[in-house]
Amino acid sequence: MATDTIAAHDDHHHGPEKGLLRWVKTTNHKDIGSLYLWFSFMMLLVGGAFAMVIRAELFMPGIQVVDPHFFNSMTTMHGLIMVFGAIMPAFVGLGNWLIPMMVGAPDMALPRMNNWSFWILPFAGAILLSTFFMEGGAPAFGWTFYAPLSTTFAPDSTDFFIFAVHLLGFSSIMGAINIIATVLNMRAPDMKLMDMPLFVWTWLITSFLLIGAMPVLAGAVTMMLTDRNFGTSFFDAAGGGDPVMFQHIFWFFGHPEVYIMILPAFGVISHIIPTFARKPLFGYSSMVYATAAIAFLSYIVWAHHMFLTGMPVAGQLYFMYATMLIAVPTGVKVFNWVATMWKGSMTFETPMLWALSFVFLFTIGGFSGLMLGIVPADIQYHDTYFVVAHFHYVLVTGALWSIIAAVFYWFPKWTGKMYNESLAKIHFWWSIISVNILFFPQHFLGLAGMPRRIPDYNLQFADFNMISSIGAFMFGASFILFTYIIIDGIRNGKPAKARPWESAKGLEWTLGSPAEYHSFDKAPSRKAIEQESQHTSVA
Amino acid sequence: MGVNREVKRSFWVKLVGAPIAMFLFAYALVPLYDVLCEITGFNGTTGKIDQESNFVVDENRKVNVNFFAATMPGFPVQFYPKDVSMDVVPGKFYSTSYIAKNNSGKEIIGQAVPSVAPTDAAANFRKLECFCFNKQVFKPGEEVEMPIRFVIEPGMDEHIKDVSLSYNFFKLES
Repeated sequence: MATDTIAAHDDHHHGPEKGLLRWVKTTNHKDIGSLYLWFSFMMLLVGGAFAMVIRAELFMPGIQVVDPHFFNSMTTMHGLIMVFGAIMPAFVGLGNWLIPMMVGAPDMALPRMNNWSFWILPFAGAILLSTFFMEGGAPAFGWTFYAPLSTTFAPDSTDFFIFAVHLLGFSSIMGAINIIATVLNMRAPDMKLMDMPLFVWTWLITSFLLIGAMPVLAGAVTMMLTDRNFGTSFFDAAGGGDPVMFQHIFWFFGHPEVYIMILPAFGVISHIIPTFARKPLFGYSSMVYATAAIAFLSYIVWAHHMFLTGMPVAGQLYFMYATMLIAVPTGVKVFNWVATMWKGSMTFETPMLWALSFVFLFTIGGFSGLMLGIVPADIQYHDTYFVVAHFHYVLVTGALWSIIAAVFYWFPKWTGKMYNESLAKIHFWWSIISVNILFFPQHFLGLAGMPRRIPDYNLQFADFNMISSIGAFMFGASFILFTYIIIDGIRNGKPAKARPWESAKGLEWTLGSPAEYHSFDKAPSRKAIEQESQHTSVA
Repeated sequence: MGVNREVKRSFWVKLVGAPIAMFLFAYALVPLYDVLCEITGFNGTTGKIDQESNFVVDENRKVNVNFFAATMPGFPVQFYPKDVSMDVVPGKFYSTSYIAKNNSGKEIIGQAVPSVAPTDAAANFRKLECFCFNKQVFKPGEEVEMPIRFVIEPGMDEHIKDVSLSYNFFKLES
């Protein structure tokens, strides 16, 4: 395989191919990064449209817009599309674009596999979405697809869902293998592991989570498949199986999965804050160790999603304390970001605004997570809108926020143009106000007992739901402006300098804007690596 | 250019082997889960006991055992416990039975799945004899009495005063 890699680079003096086939055949990490980002953006809009249907139905008590079964499909597909179609591919796209440039490598280690792992995605997405047009409709059992709802009681279209999950899993595992191989083998010879920027570190650790967790998900859906079609009874009590075991296997995947979606975000934020605070990142090595600690802990806390399945008190206590423990390394990170800003010369360009609000809002999501981790509290909060508010604070104002921050931060490097700063600021304030109108009232709804995943609700929940829905429509509309800013920036933006942010550090900024189609044919020198380190204060 | 570091074959073997191993691990979780449930009584899994052993009996301790019965949808057998509850002394063996009447005109095969609550009690709830050890065949219109014989081991946590034993009948195809 190592020889394949070299062969694939023999043509590096040519530019990109012309025409549409360029995108089908490309093995260039920048092209594939762009493909991933555009794909995830389209999926974000699709998943967002589903969210609009959900909020429209929940605007008022009673059933007005869609029938309850379709509502269930909407919540299910919204979750699946956002997790597997939008957030994960967006981070893989960022990783593809940035990791080779950040470690001074000419491309990814396995460029052809890279092409393959992207091109599986549109097919997986199409298969998943095609279930809407099948008898029985799209999956309606929630994104967690608990058995027996997804085995005994689900329509035939569920088999298509299973196949789509298999494909998505394959794609992520291949992406993870590629990133590990790139970081460990293609890194500039003079770059030691502890020289690597944090985005590279967080993605490396995320890759290990992916190859550890995604195959377990593949195992779970394969068991579902054989239960449904080939007479096994993994999750069927009549045949000696156990539906609760499904939840154990699912969450053994599911908890590392949530860190798969947030660790790269930590990396992005650790690049943006030092740039606009004009100070080296505070506590670099503690950031690395905290990331590794979070990754390790993520494997041993899964049953905190299952406190109500009938668990002995000893089990509840263990999973509660282990969950609380995650707050320690996460706290290390948040304090490091704050310490980086301490006495910094801060300016507030758009990427910094997104990064700052990430720190603030992600921490709110982290705190509500701590509340949910407390067993006696969770008995009250379980399956209420409090949970919905919690994971949207960490996934929307956490993961998605960091992706948007990254898009604005590296936009000049990718396109060679500057976006419209004043429009981008309007977009930021629009988003941050609307997202809080959308999700903050959901905390109150959950504490008052409104269950999640139900299309109708009691009159007492009416006001907060209406506020939340208005916020949702505003937040949804903000993506029209976002799309405009991106397209306007690409077409009409002013040319960007190679280093558009004056204190930005990192090997990617030593390249031109836009970055050359083939970069780092020669590995960067030790001097360049030291000068471009974001965490040491070498001038 | 290209690969900057010497890459050993074992690197690729590990990198591809790890996901495959984790896929198999998902399947390994199935027996692991059963073993764990048996040892800890997780999930209300009850234990078996092979013979009537002599436990140290504390006559002063009383535990109230409640019996419950349920059937899955599409299982036309009337199924209920003969005794609703019993006061038992930990360490002594007791017998009771469940009654089942097949109300359909067809032969029905079923499997009962037991569960004990609270889960802390499950590991100490042991059965010498139970209709749930095997699948049961119900002839059309037939009423049967199915005995169980059980013991609560004296080691059960002191704070537990009530234990519930429930059975759920599932239909088997053959």
